[in-house]
Amino acid sequence: MDGLTLGAIYALIALGYTLVYGVLRLINFAHSEIFMIGVFASLFAVHALGIDVGDPAKTGFVLAASLIVVMVVAMLASGVTAVVMERVAYRPLRRRGAPRLAALITAVGISLFLQELFAIRYGREVLGFPRLMEKRQLFELWGANVRTDKVLVLVSALLLMLALDRFVARSRLGRGIRATAQDSETAALMGVNIDRVIMLTFLLGGLLAGAAGTLYGLFFEAARYNIGFLPGIKAFTAAVLGGIGNIRGALAGGLLLGLLENWGSAVLGGEWKDVFAFTVLVLVLMFRPTGLLGESLGRARA
Amino acid sequence: MLLELEDVRVHYGKVEALKGVSLQVDEGEIVTLVGGNGAGKTTTLKTISGLRPVTSGSVRFDDRPISGLAPYRIVRLGLCQSPEGRGVFPGMTVMENLEMGAYARSGRGRPALRPDLERVFGLFPRLAERRNQAGGTLSGGEQQMLAIGRALMARPRMVLLDEPSMGLATMLVTQIFDILAEINRQGTTLLLVEQNAAQALRLAHRAYVLETGRVVRSAAAADLLDDESVKSAYLGGDVEAGVGEGDGDAEGGGDGDPSASSVP
Repeated sequence: MDGLTLGAIYALIALGYTLVYGVLRLINFAHSEIFMIGVFASLFAVHALGIDVGDPAKTGFVLAASLIVVMVVAMLASGVTAVVMERVAYRPLRRRGAPRLAALITAVGISLFLQELFAIRYGREVLGFPRLMEKRQLFELWGANVRTDKVLVLVSALLLMLALDRFVARSRLGRGIRATAQDSETAALMGVNIDRVIMLTFLLGGLLAGAAGTLYGLFFEAARYNIGFLPGIKAFTAAVLGGIGNIRGALAGGLLLGLLENWGSAVLGGEWKDVFAFTVLVLVLMFRPTGLLGESLGRARA
Repeated sequence: MLLELEDVRVHYGKVEALKGVSLQVDEGEIVTLVGGNGAGKTTTLKTISGLRPVTSGSVRFDDRPISGLAPYRIVRLGLCQSPEGRGVFPGMTVMENLEMGAYARSGRGRPALRPDLERVFGLFPRLAERRNQAGGTLSGGEQQMLAIGRALMARPRMVLLDEPSMGLATMLVTQIFDILAEINRQGTTLLLVEQNAAQALRLAHRAYVLETGRVVRSAAAADLLDDESVKSAYLGGDVEAGVGEGDGDAEGGGDGDPSASSVP
């Protein structure tokens, strides 16, 4: 159950990598900080709602309403950050026809910039998250501990991913994204405004990363300036595992990585968890560089 | 004058690909641009569509300067292109590809596209049969039909066609060129780029001959067809050039996108 919960969070973040890679062939390494901002925004939203550490956990309607408010705030914060990042950092590079390497280095630069910015502003210590909901065991399923918060994380992540999948498969803008991913020059000849599609993919990726931030905060109850690093790079692993550029691949890759990692830590011990996860990355790149489901956002058909 | 290029120069880095191209297309005409490999035919079309920036010179469509406009804005003015290599979206169905053609006509749903779909399916009945098939699984000829049909979905005043005969058997080329003539009769102006000069000259009203980024001749198409120097340069055996390549079944949407080759 822990594996699936974490995996769902990885998958949400992985979608941001995959969407942007699909249309720009760029690994946006600063995406982990978009997620980090989602965690911080959730924390601030929780405080703004007047919930403090040690307060009794919320239930029923109050819980649902505050969760939704917090998540919307986090999604907006991350979404806007992603769009601004694209505008000020990547678009000027694209306009000048800069090589992809320049964009990649820029991504790493923005990532460090945002981390340090948050470190200076909010310190380098872990900030505690007030407990929003009671973490009660619902039942046990084949030895797995099914807990309320895990169910909530898993269900909301799946709903968001389903919404994204439908949007890309069905809507006009979604079709624009797929066309751009398959052949951006021809897409432009069909009347697709490529800049707008790129902005949209950053926005969508940011929204999902923000939601992942809220779920992460709910689950781990911690925020820190570098909190995005590990989940970010694991989400990247998940995206590669499923086939980068492939929406359903990101979903499958995230859940699979969460399960594998959990299984690895059960067998080898918890301290081996990260070693195990990144061994998976190296092995996938070695033996199946296009991932389990292969590349192509475009082929993620209805 | 519907389309007018005046002394257009285009650079790829330091290399000058177009060295001052001037040409005109009148409303209702079929004009063809013939020339060998690297003459600048595709670059000319890409420049008109706004995919390549002009260094100097002007491109005017319907008396409006369009050089410097983003490609999607040019499409909205009614100037569409069926690109080189067809540019069929391999992961989309025939239907979705056609709907992409109408993308510029904004958020109208399927009902609004009905008459256009009927027109395209009328011209290309094969596409109607294959409407739910992925673009990447079509044969070369079907992909070409799809590319032309898709361009028509925008209800354009003018269509630019980049080598519609590429990789197709002669019989298929004849069939497609007949349909192009029909499209023109229905009122759409065509600018056709071709290496298959004989076929193109038979279809077109007027022609320009392009050589290394310059227009070296312009004349009525029929005159060039009879011209000895043009015959030896562009028509020698050219009629047969398409034969033997089959109808390009194995080719995906192929334009350098590595994912296009692996069709599900």
